[in-house]
Amino acid sequence: MLLRIAERTAVFLVSLGVSSALVFGFMVLLPGDPARVALGINATEVDVARLRAEFGLDRPLGEQYLSWTGGLVRADLGTSYISRAEIGPQIADRLQVSLILVAASMIIAVLLALPFGTLMAVHHRRASGVVLSAISQVGVAVPAFLAGILLISVFAVHLRWLPSGGWTPPAYDPGLFLRQLLLPALSLGLVQGAVLTRYVRSAVLEVLREDFLRTARAKGLTPLRALVRHGLRNAAVPVVTVLGLQLATLLVGAVVIERVFVIPGLGSLLLDNVGNRDLIVVQDVVMVLVVAVLLVNFVVDLLYLAIDPRLRTASR
Amino acid sequence: MTGLSRGAEALLPPPGRRTRRGTEATLLVGGVIIAVIVLLALVSLVWTPYDTGEINPSERLALSSDRHWLGTDKFGRDVFSLLMVGSQTTLLVGLVSVGVAALVGVPLGILSAMVPKWWGEVIIRANDLLLAFPALLLAIMLTAVHGQGVVTAMIAIGIATIPSFARVVRSGAIGVMKTEYVLAARAAGRRPLAIALRHVLPNVASLVIVQASVSFAIAVLAEAALSYLGLGAPPGTPSWGRMLQEGQELLFVAPRLEVFPGVAIALAVLGFNLLGDGLRDRFDPRLEDRR
Amino acid sequence: MTADVVRVRDLVVTVGAKPLLVDVDVTVHRGERVGLIGESGSGKSLTALAIMGLLPEDLIPAGSVVVTGHSGGGVQRVTSVLEAGEPALAAMRGRDVAMVFQEPMTALNPTMRVGAQVAEIMTIHRTVPDRGAAARRAVELLDRVGLPDPADAARAYPHQLSGGQRQRVVVAMALANDPALLICDEPTTALDVTVQALVLDLVVRGVEARDAGLLFITHDLAVVASVCERVLVMYGGRVVEAGEVQEVFTRPRHRYTRGLIGASDLDLTRPDGKLYTIQGSVPSSGRFPAGCVFRNRCTHATTECESLPPWQGSGPEQGFACWHPVMAS
Repeated sequence: MLLRIAERTAVFLVSLGVSSALVFGFMVLLPGDPARVALGINATEVDVARLRAEFGLDRPLGEQYLSWTGGLVRADLGTSYISRAEIGPQIADRLQVSLILVAASMIIAVLLALPFGTLMAVHHRRASGVVLSAISQVGVAVPAFLAGILLISVFAVHLRWLPSGGWTPPAYDPGLFLRQLLLPALSLGLVQGAVLTRYVRSAVLEVLREDFLRTARAKGLTPLRALVRHGLRNAAVPVVTVLGLQLATLLVGAVVIERVFVIPGLGSLLLDNVGNRDLIVVQDVVMVLVVAVLLVNFVVDLLYLAIDPRLRTASR
Repeated sequence: MTGLSRGAEALLPPPGRRTRRGTEATLLVGGVIIAVIVLLALVSLVWTPYDTGEINPSERLALSSDRHWLGTDKFGRDVFSLLMVGSQTTLLVGLVSVGVAALVGVPLGILSAMVPKWWGEVIIRANDLLLAFPALLLAIMLTAVHGQGVVTAMIAIGIATIPSFARVVRSGAIGVMKTEYVLAARAAGRRPLAIALRHVLPNVASLVIVQASVSFAIAVLAEAALSYLGLGAPPGTPSWGRMLQEGQELLFVAPRLEVFPGVAIALAVLGFNLLGDGLRDRFDPRLEDRR
Repeated sequence: MTADVVRVRDLVVTVGAKPLLVDVDVTVHRGERVGLIGESGSGKSLTALAIMGLLPEDLIPAGSVVVTGHSGGGVQRVTSVLEAGEPALAAMRGRDVAMVFQEPMTALNPTMRVGAQVAEIMTIHRTVPDRGAAARRAVELLDRVGLPDPADAARAYPHQLSGGQRQRVVVAMALANDPALLICDEPTTALDVTVQALVLDLVVRGVEARDAGLLFITHDLAVVASVCERVLVMYGGRVVEAGEVQEVFTRPRHRYTRGLIGASDLDLTRPDGKLYTIQGSVPSSGRFPAGCVFRNRCTHATTECESLPPWQGSGPEQGFACWHPVMAS
């Protein structure tokens, strides 16, 4: 058990190292000089040289990489080429917003997927199951940002029930915060919920065929209690896998949704700085997102060990 | 399992086995949708109802009519013609990115199955790491450095799609490498390259086709999102995602400008997904026959 | 005669228009051990599932199945399985009737400790005062079925036990609530020969100690001979012969029973030195011929066999259905 945890931790740490090199490589090795990009085409050679010296862009690449990752480890993300502002606090602020959005969407997706997926599996031969299945197939095909636009047009434009975008910190006005959160969270949550529903359905279908579920019925459990007590934990392994993948998808999907709903999250920060050509900010935000994705993966790996005792000893 | 992004979900076992009749219906619906889109794209190469470059202020925001089946946009351009031409971008980006991904991913997957076990592990671990870079993130990163463009989008989506091909092909190829006929070929002194081409590749071909179909759907989604963000097709290049972006400011006035390209994107994704599901079941010998 | 714990009369099970079981009569008395034999596909397991009320959704049963529980605690519960609702059936399963399945590798929940799985059957039916008592009794039961270090075994997950050990856990689970009837569906088929005898012994001693009835399903005639007192022979979804084990095995009357015994007796060889076999193979469900279900494989079949042979004997517990029985000699 401890050995397994150590193994997963090692994989996680190595992945962090390699992916930081990948991000750095993508940004630096590609043609283009960040200083020149930041200053625009009208900048003089002198200005560019000064900026390069100021941010250490004239040092060897290895040194630049080490100073960047060294900063990351100390939670020092450096300063912007353009605004000269500290990047760390900005990212922390924006990350908070994005995480609230992602968490709310995930909750919606799970609340949607668990009951409906289970229902679809239990009724998979009846019309109701087939209809639900078809609806979920369509839901999978709708991109989240399109769902967002459609939700805005119905609930904000036609019915005028909810605001079409914006963001208010929860401490400032909780009511408005919730009203503004609802539509973006729904657009991400509904689509991810549709994807998740299909995997819940197949996982529950697999489990329903298992002998131990029949044993549970033979013990005197009603079908529902047998499924809840014995089935769901076993169905959880594939579902947790998809949940982990989806969290990663949501983190990135939030980038687009934040644009649709004008939300000041990590995605907006990323896109704004792509527009400004402030490459160091882009590099940092991408790295934060990649770390988040790897972290989710690491947690999923640990969850497997908690859910399925067979994995604790046997090597997968 | 280290897997991320929407593409990675395609690595998991297919949701629920279907019956034979269900498979045929799935294939048919998916096939028809895709055929129609491809047909419209091909026709648009030589003919569209209206010239999509032509701006016609007198017919701005016209409703559906005999003249304009789906109305016109804020420049007076015919929406149906725009959709037709936009399908070119969608299919081109899908085709090139899936092609790039397959061209790299398939040999990588086969290689990882044929080299000694330890090396295979290294290859697949490196491959999994790429999964931490979803297509959209990679595209945004490349755009930041390179500037926006269809080529940047294709390369980014292509790179991000490599791991799912490599994964699927590796699992299939490992199975093939254990078969008697491969053992026999190796015993007969056949070169690894010959074994890869003659035995492994044909046997993983069905997996590759299914994966290509599913990846195509993901590429369509990614391209739409990128163009919507203004990071994909540049202004002037008709694209469904771009139409969504341009229409959003008119959401209060003409919501239909969002609905039509939205439906087109959803249909294309649905079509490729159904095609992929149907093909997977068709190739799956375990398909259950309903009593 | 003692009271019966299960009484199955005229049980018919159909899927769509296809009959899978026809006119099946089974009775098991308290303290009696009854074997149910036949080739695979003869309907043995379906009969067991029908008694448990666990038939798959699309199989429709008709007839009557009555289970009578122990009179322990005053009230004796009688369940009409085919009419009862899910709550009544759930109350019956695991309490009045318990079942041991064929495959010990998959019958236990892989994510739950075995002690908890044994304890659960007692907490479901509240046969113990609380969870702590259930856990203690589970360890006791695991000890009773001969698991070494029962306290450790209770904390183990199924994958940490061998197949034989798992099947002993399943037996312990089935006997936990002192059921009036224990159904075993080929409980030893998946086990090593050396472990088989051990598990059989546990089952026999378990039901004897509880004065419970046993319905033992197998295709292994030697096992039936050593475990059971009475036997029912099934073929094509029908009971074709019934009687005392001794009687049926030494003087079979139905041609199918004769064939089964001949095929399993390794000392008996044909004049050409080969073993006796039953010609042909079991048709798939619903493809059995009209009239005598065995006639397309029977060497003695005549045109008479195209009509259904009547049951000849003293009652459902003794007799046979064959137009051309082996002569009682």
